[in-house]
Amino acid sequence: MIEAIFYVNEHKLPWKEGLVVQDALSMMNYTFKMLVIKLNGDLVKKDAYLTTPIPEGADLKVIHLISGG
Amino acid sequence: MIDRDRYFSLRDPSAFPVWQKATVGIAGAGGLGSNIAISLARAGIGTLVIADFDLVSLENLNRQQFNLDQVGRPKVHALATNIRAFNPFINLVLHQQKVSPANLEELFGSCDLLLEAFDQAGEKEMLIETWCTRYPKRHLIAASGVSGFGRGEEIKIEHFGYLHIVGDGHSELLEGISPLAPRVAVVANLQANLALELLVKNYD
Repeated sequence: MIEAIFYVNEHKLPWKEGLVVQDALSMMNYTFKMLVIKLNGDLVKKDAYLTTPIPEGADLKVIHLISGG
Repeated sequence: MIDRDRYFSLRDPSAFPVWQKATVGIAGAGGLGSNIAISLARAGIGTLVIADFDLVSLENLNRQQFNLDQVGRPKVHALATNIRAFNPFINLVLHQQKVSPANLEELFGSCDLLLEAFDQAGEKEMLIETWCTRYPKRHLIAASGVSGFGRGEEIKIEHFGYLHIVGDGHSELLEGISPLAPRVAVVANLQANLALELLVKNYD
């Protein structure tokens, strides 16, 4: 049997039914406050992290935003 | 009277007309924004839309393209003066206003492409989230991780569809220490350089 997976910033993680975007942040131990998330190329709004499901094989990109300019 | 044809001589015959027709937005006129605006104005972008609510302060002069006699003036107007001093032909649309989700469309809706040039991470996040939701098929070039000096090798450009991020992605701002001119200008000019490239690609 092939194990179900998804990707966060190119890291391979085990996938299971019911995972939401916020779970991926916890699995990666990401704690930064200011960030932008793209799920399969589409932006996920901050207020939807707890409600947006991660599809099997998804490509999640978490972009850390840092002050300074 | 400056001769327009002579001023715009020695330009790339395929790219320059595209840049002349383009309207490019710059959100923020500080360290990143002032450098981006000056480079794009020199390159020959036809119209720049620049928004920033702030006034020039003495502490800005370590990295922002302003002069001592401009301290206290609105940044957008001081920047316009400095740009017009070398390019009398550019069209500048200036907004001395704080950018918010409520006015993003009014300020930058006419732009082919937007450059994020804010200082605070929260502002960067607001702009990216709002722009990508409102204009998912228009490029946004943002910056993240510009502080300190040296470590030029760490500065990179990442592409996420229509969202592009320039910077090292990890250099946090230290309390009470401002970013420095060289690294901020490097990132700003990588943003400006990518904007020129994307405009030409867009019109292909």
